[in-house]
Amino acid sequence: MEGAGTVGRRQARGTVGIFLTALCAGAVAAILLLILGYVIREGGGALSFAFLTQLPHPVGVPGGGVANGIVGSAIIVGLAALMAVPIGALTAVYLTFFGCGFFAVTVRFLSDVLSGIPSIAIGLFAYTILVAPLHHFSAFSASFAFAVLMLPVIISTAEAAINGVSREIYEGGLALGLSRYSAIVHVVLPSARSGIITGVVLAVARVTGETAPLLFTAFGSQFWELNPNNPMAELSLQVFTYAISPYRSWHEQAWGGALILIVVVLLLNLGARMALRPARRG
Amino acid sequence: MKDSMAKADSGSASGEVGPAGAAGGGEAVAAAAPGDLAKAAELGARVKLPVAARGKIFEWAVYGATGACIAIIAGLFIELLANSWLSISTFGLSFLWTSEWNPVTNQFGALPFIYGTIVSSAIAILLASITGVMAGAFLAEFSPPRLAEPLSFVIELLAAVPSVVYGLWGLFVLGPVMRDYIEPFLQRYFGFLPIFAGTIYGVGMLTAGVILAIMIVPTVTAISRDVMRAVPNSQREAIWALGANRWQGFRMVVLPIARPGIFAACILALGRALGETIATTMVIGNRPAIAASLFAPGYTISSVIANEFTEATSQVYLSALLELGLLLFIISVIVNGLARLLLWTIFRPMES
Repeated sequence: MEGAGTVGRRQARGTVGIFLTALCAGAVAAILLLILGYVIREGGGALSFAFLTQLPHPVGVPGGGVANGIVGSAIIVGLAALMAVPIGALTAVYLTFFGCGFFAVTVRFLSDVLSGIPSIAIGLFAYTILVAPLHHFSAFSASFAFAVLMLPVIISTAEAAINGVSREIYEGGLALGLSRYSAIVHVVLPSARSGIITGVVLAVARVTGETAPLLFTAFGSQFWELNPNNPMAELSLQVFTYAISPYRSWHEQAWGGALILIVVVLLLNLGARMALRPARRG
Repeated sequence: MKDSMAKADSGSASGEVGPAGAAGGGEAVAAAAPGDLAKAAELGARVKLPVAARGKIFEWAVYGATGACIAIIAGLFIELLANSWLSISTFGLSFLWTSEWNPVTNQFGALPFIYGTIVSSAIAILLASITGVMAGAFLAEFSPPRLAEPLSFVIELLAAVPSVVYGLWGLFVLGPVMRDYIEPFLQRYFGFLPIFAGTIYGVGMLTAGVILAIMIVPTVTAISRDVMRAVPNSQREAIWALGANRWQGFRMVVLPIARPGIFAACILALGRALGETIATTMVIGNRPAIAASLFAPGYTISSVIANEFTEATSQVYLSALLELGLLLFIISVIVNGLARLLLWTIFRPMES
C-alpha cells in the first residue's frame, strides 16, 4: 500500500509532494508574467503615436505604423460579431426553451466539438465558400471564419446565462398570461443580458489575435481599406508577417503590434470576468 | 462536374445562413429592450395579435439559428471533402504514408506533416499534462483560498494570450534559449539517445513542443482543478479519518476519482495542440523531413497549410492542402468528441 512507512517519512513525502504542486502552479503563472514582461519591454519601445496612426512603410523606410491593421481588426471582428451574436444567442434560447431530448443534446455536443476545430480548418472552409467562388480575398470571408469561431463561445456562455435566470420568473410570466415569446424576450433575456454580453466579450477576445484563418481570407493589405469586399490589413496578421520577415526594423514593429494585441485581449478578458463576478454571487 | 457540385453545396450553405442571421438581428434588438414583468404583461395585453405574430417570427428565428449552426458544421465537412476530392481520388490512401511532397511533379504525400504534428503534440502533452495536473492539484487541494483565486486567474489569462504572441516570443526568446542552453545541456548528458543527437538549430520539433505545452497547460490546469474540486468532501474526510495525511488523501482518493476527468482534460488539450497553427509555424523550422532528432526542424499539417496555401499553383496542389485540412478536421472532431463525452459523463450526473 502506498504511504507505508514511519510517520516522519510519510510527512516528508507529503511536504515534498505539496511543494512540487505549488512549484508547478507558480511556474505556469510565472510564464504569463515572463511573456507579458518581454512583450512590454520589447514592444514599449516601438509604441508611439506614429505607430498607432500611420500606414506601414516599405522595407528600408524607417517609421511607419499599423493603423490600417488596427482599423481592419475592428472591422473584421465587428462584422463577425454581427453575424455570430444573433445566431449564437438564439441557438442558446433554443437549447434552453425549445430543444428537448436527443436533438438538443446533439446540437450542444456539436457546438462543443466546433469549439475544438482548428481555426485553420475553419479558414479553409471560409476560403472554399467565400473566396474561391468569388475569385478574390475579402475581409468579409475573414469575418465569416471568425463568426464560426465565436459561435460555440457565445452559445455556451449565453446558455449558462439563460439557465442562471430562475425558472420561476419565466413561469411567473407565463402565469400572467404572457406568450412564450414575450416571456423569453421581455422577461428572461433582459435578466440574462449581462451574462450574454460577457459571452460576447469573451468571444471577441477569442478571435482577436487569431491569425491562421486570415492568411487566406483577409490576406492583408498595405493600404487603407475600409471595404469588407476587398483584402484588408489585420493587426495579428501584420505581427505574423513582420515577425517572420528577415528585417530587424520589422521585428520591432512586430513586438509593438504584439503589445497592442495582448493588452486588448487581456483587458477584454479582465472586463468579462469582472462583469461575471457579481452575477455569480447574486 | 466536381466543381459544380462544390458550388451547389456552398450556395445552399450560405443561403441558409443569410436569412437566419438577418431575422436574428432584429430579434436581438427586441431582446435588448428593457422590460420587467408588469410592463411586459401590460404590453402583452395591449397588443395581442402582433405579439402572436412576433412570437411566430421569433420561433422561426430560433429554429433558423439552430439550423444555421448545424448547417455550418455540416458545411465545413462537406466543403472540405468536396474540395479535396481531386487529391483523394488521385493519391488514395497512400497520401497518408508517402513522404514525397513535390509541387513541381505534383506528387503529394503527407507523412512528414503527420509525423511532425504527432511528435510536436506528443512533446507538448507530455510536458503539459504533468505540470498542469500538478498545478491543478495545488489549486484544488492544497493552496490557501486567498492564493488559489489570483493564481487561477493568472493561469486562465495565459490561455487568452493570442497564438501569434506566443509565436513571436518563441521565435525571439525561447528559440535562442533552447539553442544556447537547454538543447546543448540535453545533448551533453543524454546525447547517446538518437532523439537528442544531431545539429542544434534552436527552431525545431522540441521548441515547437515546448511552446505548444505552454499554450495548452492552462486547459489542463483549469479542467483538472474543476474535476478535483468536484470530488465530494466526504471522500476526503473518510481517508483522513483513517489516518492519511493530505498528500496521501490526494494520492489515494482524489486522484483515482478524478482520473477520467484529468484524462479528458489532457485529450482536450491535445486537440488544441494538434490544430495549433501560427505559433508552431513560427518555431518548428518548416522542413518536410522526418528526422529522429527532436532538435531538427520539422513541419506540421497546419503549418504547411498556412505557409503554402496561397502559393499553391495547381489544382492538385490546392486539393492536397485541403485534404490536409480535412484530415485535421476529422482528427479534431474525434479527439474533441471523445473528450467532451468523457467530461459529460463526469459532470452531468453531478449537476442533476
